[in-house]
Amino acid sequence: MAMLEIRNLHARVNKQEILKGINLDINTGEVHSLMGPNGSGKSTLAQVLARRETYEVTEGQVLFNGKDLLAMKPEEAACEGLFIAFQYPVEVPGISNSYFLRAALNAQRKYRGEEPIDAIDFIPLLKSKMKLLEMDERFQTRAINEGFSGGEKKRNEIVQMAVLNPTLAILDETDSGLDIDALKIVAQGVNAMRSPDRAIVMVTHYQRLLDYIVPDFVHVLAGGKIVKSGGAELALELEREGYGWIEPALAGAR
Amino acid sequence: MSTMTQISGAGTYLDAFSDLQQRTSRQPEWLRILRAEAFASFCDKGFPTIKDEAWRFTSVAPISQLAFSLPERGHAGLTKADLQQFRIAGTACSLVFINGRFTPELSDQPALAAGVEAGSLADALASDTGALELQLGLKLTLQNDAFSSLNTAFIEDGAYVRIARGTVLEAPIHLLFLSTGAEEPLMFHHRNLIVAEANTQASIVEEHISLADGVTFSNVVTELIAAENAVTSHYMIERKNKQSFHIATLRIQQERSANVSSHSFLLGGALVRNNVHPVFAGEGGECLINGLFIGDGHQHLDNYMLVEHASPRCNSHQFYNGILSDHSHGVFHGRIIVHKDAQKTDSKQTNRNLLLSDDAQIDTKPQLEIYADDVKCTHGATIGQMDDNALFYLRARGLDENSARGLLLFAFAGECTERIKPGPVRAHIEKLVRQALPEISAAHRDTAEAGVERTDTGRNWEEVG
Repeated sequence: MAMLEIRNLHARVNKQEILKGINLDINTGEVHSLMGPNGSGKSTLAQVLARRETYEVTEGQVLFNGKDLLAMKPEEAACEGLFIAFQYPVEVPGISNSYFLRAALNAQRKYRGEEPIDAIDFIPLLKSKMKLLEMDERFQTRAINEGFSGGEKKRNEIVQMAVLNPTLAILDETDSGLDIDALKIVAQGVNAMRSPDRAIVMVTHYQRLLDYIVPDFVHVLAGGKIVKSGGAELALELEREGYGWIEPALAGAR
Repeated sequence: MSTMTQISGAGTYLDAFSDLQQRTSRQPEWLRILRAEAFASFCDKGFPTIKDEAWRFTSVAPISQLAFSLPERGHAGLTKADLQQFRIAGTACSLVFINGRFTPELSDQPALAAGVEAGSLADALASDTGALELQLGLKLTLQNDAFSSLNTAFIEDGAYVRIARGTVLEAPIHLLFLSTGAEEPLMFHHRNLIVAEANTQASIVEEHISLADGVTFSNVVTELIAAENAVTSHYMIERKNKQSFHIATLRIQQERSANVSSHSFLLGGALVRNNVHPVFAGEGGECLINGLFIGDGHQHLDNYMLVEHASPRCNSHQFYNGILSDHSHGVFHGRIIVHKDAQKTDSKQTNRNLLLSDDAQIDTKPQLEIYADDVKCTHGATIGQMDDNALFYLRARGLDENSARGLLLFAFAGECTERIKPGPVRAHIEKLVRQALPEISAAHRDTAEAGVERTDTGRNWEEVG
């Protein structure tokens, strides 16, 4: 059984169908990359998996560790081990990074029947992860993402991921808008999370990220479907040839 | 048993006033005259209506149409142990007023530091040698304010606090006004006088609590005189039951370089009016006017600010946040008057509101009257709902919906509590705010109280409208 099994997933937003039958299996230990042109449904897929209510699933099934993911609330999916690094992390004034993250971690621990972690044990954990992402310690007392630069927000997402230690991490365009230094730092953080117990899915426009995080599988999304899957070399092929070949492939798929 | 007075009809407070005149026959002559004049002024003017600009959003008909009695004396069988739950740790003293009367047997009155006087206004009046005549009521503009007139007409007791020149009092003074239940509607006209002399520092917490159900009308006037270079914090915490009418007026007189902060927390009541009226009478004064109002059910919470810049180089900063759910109605009316000579005034006003239901309502109104030409005045207001994106973000990290909502509300309220200096008063108020937040789940309340590490950065946003 795969960790994540997506079967014939259809979803729409504002009555417009965006996902038109996604099939995908992701096994533990694997790193997948989802690529594709704008509007192909990459981010929609990430949002559906995160259980965002604005996306309506009209057909299909998603099993996460054998459980029906589509029946879960966002917090339940998170507590089951799913993490989404958002494309646009939200600014939340008035709540410090550190308070929020400990509350989130403890909510997950409670769900799993574990004891809560107190501030004394939590702070060193947080600091070590922030160091990995080369974030200044001052960020822990700052309000969540408030006034952060784009790169700081993306790094903060990876810090959260490292602290929450999910079994399935989906990075939604985490590389977009990052300069090469920030990209390397983020890649380093993600690579440190690679583990036989975890799967990682990178949603991206650009091959560049894949120079630093080499995926096991690459999938190309177009028109709400996966039109091609392959190994890391597929990303290089896309880089060389662009997405121009997709239209005929789509036509073939129809 | 003392006089029990039933008022015969709408607007007639005459019987109660006559009875009180007899009961207070030992008050100094000047006060009896002041009270008589105030009563005449009230009778002349009557209660305000929504045709009065200052009362546009609040009808006081529920008050004017009811007959209220002055309460009997006595402390209703309360013991100190009953009041333990209301104490704040680390106060200099805790003065308890039951139904408007100072109750020494329920108060905590350890020996106060030299230079600090805190007790009953009635006692202070009884032993006055003339100082109070120069302070009590002189700065109130009674002709425009029916409730202050009514309060003045009924001056009997309240708190009197005096911080003598040069005294620094770190521990707060806690004034606890408790009302007990009664079958008939009761009225109270607490009158507080706080005199902070030159170069002093003090903080005063004025807290109003209903101990039981029952309709009450509390009409409180607090006069705060901050002399030259005095640093004074005033906290007003209103926790009345949902049948109560509560009118609070804080009149602040600031002399040169006085630094005053007013913090108001409206957490209960049916119809509440919170008047904050600082006047800068000397150069270089500073006033922080901070407040939070949290309403649900059919509560009506009205905040009326009147900030008078009468001297140059003074700063006033108003920050009020409202959280309104169900059918509650909030009002923020911020009036700023900059007089002709008040050059270099820096006055800022911000009102932010969260409406948590379709039926909740807010009226927010700035009113700036500027007669000087070299001033900086900004004002801004926002009205919004709970941020769905933020809510989803928190949930996507594992917090259940109730906890996430609670956290967001507490963060919004935290903008106001963070303006309080860290210490026991802030902890006390944060606890009350958490209890008052409507959507907060019991689970979150536990975690939040276990250890709150919150953002310690100053939140500097400015909306210029």
